Amino acid sequence: MSKTCRLLFAGFGGQGILFAGKFLAYKGLIEDKQVSWLPSYGPEMRGGTANCSVIISDEPIGSPIVDAPDVLIAMNLPSLEKYENSVVSGGKIFVDSTLIDKKVERTDVDVYYIPATQMAYDNNIKTLANMIITGKVLKEVESFSLDNVDAALKKVVSARKIELLGVNETAIKSGYDYAE
Amino acid sequence: MSEKVLMKGNEAIAEAAIQAGCHHYFGYPITPQTEVAAYMAKRMPKIGGTFLQAESEVSAINMVIGVASTGKRVMTSSSSPGVSLKAEGISYLAGCDLPAVVVNVQRGGPGLGGIQPSQSDYFQSTKGGGHGDYRNIVLAPSSVQEMASLTVKAFDLADKYSMVSMILADGTMGQMMEPVSLDVGEVTKYEKPWALTGTKCEREHNIVNSLYLKPEELEIKNFERYEKYKAIEENEVMYEEYLMDDAEVCVVAFGITSRVAKNAINEARANGVKVGMIRPITVWPFPKKVLEAAADKCKAFICVEMSMGQMIEDVELAIRCKKPVYLCNRVGGMIPTPEEVLAKINEVNENGGAF
Repeated sequence: MSKTCRLLFAGFGGQGILFAGKFLAYKGLIEDKQVSWLPSYGPEMRGGTANCSVIISDEPIGSPIVDAPDVLIAMNLPSLEKYENSVVSGGKIFVDSTLIDKKVERTDVDVYYIPATQMAYDNNIKTLANMIITGKVLKEVESFSLDNVDAALKKVVSARKIELLGVNETAIKSGYDYAE
Repeated sequence: MSEKVLMKGNEAIAEAAIQAGCHHYFGYPITPQTEVAAYMAKRMPKIGGTFLQAESEVSAINMVIGVASTGKRVMTSSSSPGVSLKAEGISYLAGCDLPAVVVNVQRGGPGLGGIQPSQSDYFQSTKGGGHGDYRNIVLAPSSVQEMASLTVKAFDLADKYSMVSMILADGTMGQMMEPVSLDVGEVTKYEKPWALTGTKCEREHNIVNSLYLKPEELEIKNFERYEKYKAIEENEVMYEEYLMDDAEVCVVAFGITSRVAKNAINEARANGVKVGMIRPITVWPFPKKVLEAAADKCKAFICVEMSMGQMIEDVELAIRCKKPVYLCNRVGGMIPTPEEVLAKINEVNENGGAF
């Protein structure tokens, strides 16, 4: 993994795509990295596909737009179809296999299938598939770890919903521990 | 230095404005700048300030004129079509020599256009936009930190010269989050003896007005204003030079396109191409001198813009057409990729201009 990690989170509006990206950006900030977070804000976010570009780097960040991600997190089929070919060779693709039947066709990338939505239902945290898959990202992407998860969550979970801190942690942990 | 927080560019503008002592904001929602108004709506009541969502952009800018007349710091924000609606009021602010900050988080045009980022209001903001002979100071941030720091600067310059300062951002700058420190430092206070604060029967009436029916008087007013503008061109130019020491090709870009260009320049440098960038931070006053000096050293210029080529005219004027200037652009809400800029750099490096 180079000193710069470019991630693209993509899925439906309402899946917490932007939230998961913001969590990783804050985690990077706490770890003294350079970070940027850029959401899609077009008509597609109003009920359709949502995505966000996150860059975490040891160096100052130029363009905040991720055209060729090192890491793609795909949480619905249109997102996988749209972005599969944009991932750099040697990159990683994380697929929510509950919602996406299709297999990744690329052979030059590492692919991780996680039934994140199913796991969220099973654990009675059904809105947190985003954080389950993020947990898996923390496990598999070299420059990431479980360090500072708590501190980063405290930055992104709003004070009004502070009781959700624990379940977010649980979700991340279960994704981290998930073995295919 | 205060702790860094992640904030959207739009929110950073709003918080920085409050820190700079702006307690009055008037606006009307429009994508992609709505977070400025949303943030103000949340914060202003807590500090005893005014947040008012007007019935239209025209109304909002006229409320700005009202507060500016009293000498208080005031701001409005919008995106491209909304700024067109404010153009009349901006001209009146200029004609009355009133300080105010106007934010434009640009989107594609003309007309209602689209909601994706653009830089095609460059002419509108730097050349006038409204009627009559006037200028706005125009600051073009290229990071969320600059969205904050240049907003503070905009208030300072507006007060210092009693005129409109604009923040010329775009949808990307408004929507993206980056770490930002909101430690704005000491805020300079300016005397405003012209302000309408009530005479208390202790002084003559102040009059704020842009109507001069005697042409002799109006001519003098215009001449005086342009003396002020000359001083600004002399003293307030801001720019960033990136890898220009030995550059043979000079990229010129502001805001989001300067960041895309940086990726391309780094890539080109890795391949041994001597390319650098001059990034105007003030697009008015335009950094003419540094560009003209670069024209003596570089063989060609490339303007990277999200417009059909607006700033390129200022570049050609600044370098007095001494060297060729090429355009690398996307429009309508599209953003050039680093690869497109890199291809242009390579092409110009191989074929453009001659020593």
